[in-house]
Amino acid sequence: MSGFPVLTTTLLVPLLGAIIIMCLPADKHKSIKYTAAVATFISMILSLVVFLGYDKALGGMQFIETIPWIKDLGVNYALGVDGISIPMLLLTNLIGFSSIYASWKIEERAKEFFTLLLILISGVMGTFITTDLFIFFLFYEVVVIPIYLLVIMFGSTKRVSKEYAGMKLTIYLLIGSAFLLAGLIALFIKAKAISGIPSMDMAFLGTLDYSSGFQILVFAFMAFGFGTLLSMFPFHAWSPDGYAGAPTAVSMIHAGVLKKIGGYGLIRIALTILPLGAKFIAPVIAVLAIGNVVYAAYICLSQKDLKYIVGYSSVSHMGYVLIGIAALNIISINGAVIMMFAHGVMAALFFAMIGNLYEKSHTRNIEDFGGLAHQMPKLATGFMIAGLASLGLPGTVNFIGEFTIFVGAFSTFKVIAIIAITGIILTALYILRTLGTMLFGPRKEEWDHLQDLKGPELVPLVVLGLAIILGGCLPFTLMDLITNGVEPLVAQMALIQIGGLF
Amino acid sequence: MDISLLLTEIMVALLGLLVLVLGLALPARGKTVVNRLALLGMIAILIYAISTFSQEEAFFNGVYQIDMFGSYFKLLFLSAGILVMLMAGKYISRFEEKSSEFYGLMILATLGMMLMCSAGEFITLYVGLELMTISFYILTAYLQNDQLSAEAGLKYLILGALSSAILLFGISLVYAMTGTTMFTEIASAFTMQPALLAGVVVIIAGFAFKISVVPFHMWTPDIYQGAPIPITTYLSVGSKAAGFAALVRVFMVAINGADTSFDWSMLLAILAALTIIIGNLIALSQKDVKRLLAYSSIAQAGYILVGVVAANSFGLKGVLFYAMIYVFANTGAFAVATAVEVDTGKTGIEAFAGLSKRSPMLAAIMTICMLSLAGIPPMAGFAGKFYLFAGAIQNGYLWLAVIGLIMSMVSVYYYLGVSKAMYIGENENESPVLTTGGSTVALWICVLATILLGVYPGPLSELAGYAIQILM
Repeated sequence: MSGFPVLTTTLLVPLLGAIIIMCLPADKHKSIKYTAAVATFISMILSLVVFLGYDKALGGMQFIETIPWIKDLGVNYALGVDGISIPMLLLTNLIGFSSIYASWKIEERAKEFFTLLLILISGVMGTFITTDLFIFFLFYEVVVIPIYLLVIMFGSTKRVSKEYAGMKLTIYLLIGSAFLLAGLIALFIKAKAISGIPSMDMAFLGTLDYSSGFQILVFAFMAFGFGTLLSMFPFHAWSPDGYAGAPTAVSMIHAGVLKKIGGYGLIRIALTILPLGAKFIAPVIAVLAIGNVVYAAYICLSQKDLKYIVGYSSVSHMGYVLIGIAALNIISINGAVIMMFAHGVMAALFFAMIGNLYEKSHTRNIEDFGGLAHQMPKLATGFMIAGLASLGLPGTVNFIGEFTIFVGAFSTFKVIAIIAITGIILTALYILRTLGTMLFGPRKEEWDHLQDLKGPELVPLVVLGLAIILGGCLPFTLMDLITNGVEPLVAQMALIQIGGLF
Repeated sequence: MDISLLLTEIMVALLGLLVLVLGLALPARGKTVVNRLALLGMIAILIYAISTFSQEEAFFNGVYQIDMFGSYFKLLFLSAGILVMLMAGKYISRFEEKSSEFYGLMILATLGMMLMCSAGEFITLYVGLELMTISFYILTAYLQNDQLSAEAGLKYLILGALSSAILLFGISLVYAMTGTTMFTEIASAFTMQPALLAGVVVIIAGFAFKISVVPFHMWTPDIYQGAPIPITTYLSVGSKAAGFAALVRVFMVAINGADTSFDWSMLLAILAALTIIIGNLIALSQKDVKRLLAYSSIAQAGYILVGVVAANSFGLKGVLFYAMIYVFANTGAFAVATAVEVDTGKTGIEAFAGLSKRSPMLAAIMTICMLSLAGIPPMAGFAGKFYLFAGAIQNGYLWLAVIGLIMSMVSVYYYLGVSKAMYIGENENESPVLTTGGSTVALWICVLATILLGVYPGPLSELAGYAIQILM
């Protein structure tokens, strides 16, 4: 494989698909959908190749590609993956591929829909595989606008109008990103002042010694930016409304991977480059994370709309990720990464099932349903897998994530970890109640006309369900990889902390 | 002294006069010949200007400077002029028998801008400024039967003359205190006398008026809305860039170069912050796309001013880079607005409803260009803002960068408001909006430049880097 630019190909195939779709006539729905499916399929296979081909013995960044891009800013088009980015890359492509099938029924303006969706998938992927800060931010913002257009054009208006939901989501994320960008530029300028060379390379920026005041300031900016994206309490309000308004595929990608850019950025950029700032601000993040876990879970208890339940539950689960990151040790960060993967596939599967059900029944109100397992056994299976994964049942990959986070976090924040664990009980409460009301109980005649999943609709269930269970039964496949990526980061952090304190 | 170095300016002047004469002499006022001649002439001059980019020479002991800084802006003005001539398309027919003079005046305005960016002293600068502004007075009022246009022309005349007077007053104060109008000599004769400081402040106010910086921005919305759209476009991209070119040269050579303890950059920083905040906030509530773009252009001037505040290599590079990409992004947006106005006769947001169904390309181009104005990657505006704010942070203005970044995210709200109308609005008229060949070409140039310079800004930023060397 030497010489073949795997990562660039993975990144550009969906974009190429988008360009082909733009050139197709608008009424050729079949060709448009097949193009999108083929493009995402190729990316998925390539990311599996990367996943299996990564040399764990060697470690570090692999599949590196570097092209000088903007000289005076020290920007390189630099790609590379390590143990942290590979799970995210894989997650993106699993969900991207499934999301195409979850939108198979789209007929009106299919051309615009799939073009934007493919741009979105490429953009998200780009953030995970680049090692250059400038390119990272470029991709990070690229995704926001396609999402807005997708929400206003294809979203649904229930409790809030789709225009409102789309704009709320967009503005929240952009304001967050403004702070992030200010932080990034400040970091860049500082690094240039210290080292004398302009550079945007994440690894290089991490080797410099910044004063602690500067680190705290910039880390606070970044924590705000990434935190907003990760729906950190109290900046989470966009998330449930946004998901409720968005079309299925966007909810899947947004909850599944886009949010994870926040967590990924915190680990890869903020923690690594600014360890002193991290140490100072981590307790604040941990306390806010409690807000996520417990407050959002309580809100879930009183929700009636399926999308709002999953929306708030994803806010709640991101609290675990934040606690894992804030605890700043290998085990907890490992857990945070695996939890991001786990929550991604779970939330995407959930939204795929909800989207499918909503399409057929035109309601998302839990109390309208009952005994759906009679009419739609396969859909019910999907809901059950996602639901049980959500409450962290052993055997699903989510269990691995939650368990690891709490083991890691307990050594740093005892009280916070204990409070956070109550989140699991609350999750079990609302998830089981929801699933029980919807799926089981006596058969309701009014839903007899609903067709079970078939054909393309099965793809998300199979792909994502498989990922949840395989990850849960064979956790070492992911775990070893992630440890491989986290270890050097934490080691580097420890090094700088000693250097900085004395 | 080699006069052939002035060939670019001489050719523009000759072309402008030739077009004016032919418009009078030819039958049917040269309708078919003149526009082609003007366009091809401008393109030829642009190619010549590219080939002579790196020439350097000071004329008449520095009164007129041929350098890369000037060359860069000359390329900018010529490209903007060509794009505006192309995109005017069918709009020209509204000028009826006066369409030939339109081209002549456009070319003369371009000449004025070129003089401004190369002037090495105040009187030459003022002559260039007046040549440009007087051409614009006429052009603004070009739709004689249109009340708004006539009103805009009158307003622009009165307010423009006022601002020129202010500028002249400042120049005379500076001359009185230093005994010279040459930028370099002013720098060495600079003292902290109150009258001289007042002179500089008044000069800055005069420039602030031309580039519509708050609180000297009041004229902008009415005039942008009333003037024919191609003129509005040229006003917003060309006249503004010329103002900045002159301001940067004056500020860097005469004021900032001087050894004083007065913190001029803080004064400009406050103006920039006000401009960004007020321009964007007022734009939020606009219902007319022309007026919206007018307020957005005020905010854009604020961003560019951030680069002048920074006054370091990143900041100035940002000014030049942003001025150039602003030409493409803003012209693209105005070109779509022109096509829509020609088709519907209106420029309110409701005229844009359902555009994505009528002409998907136009809707996409409008969205891309406006996102570039908002600074969303991968559009060119992002790279430009990165330079500007990197410069500001390097010079210690973190607060200004934060304000600028937050407000540019706020601006996304009104830009997306137009996108929203285009993508989900309903319109009974489903037929495509027709564009002429010329405006289609202009649209494609704008959108491709906006995307390509955003994805790969390296070459342009290097060019800007060479251009500012003379000021560093």
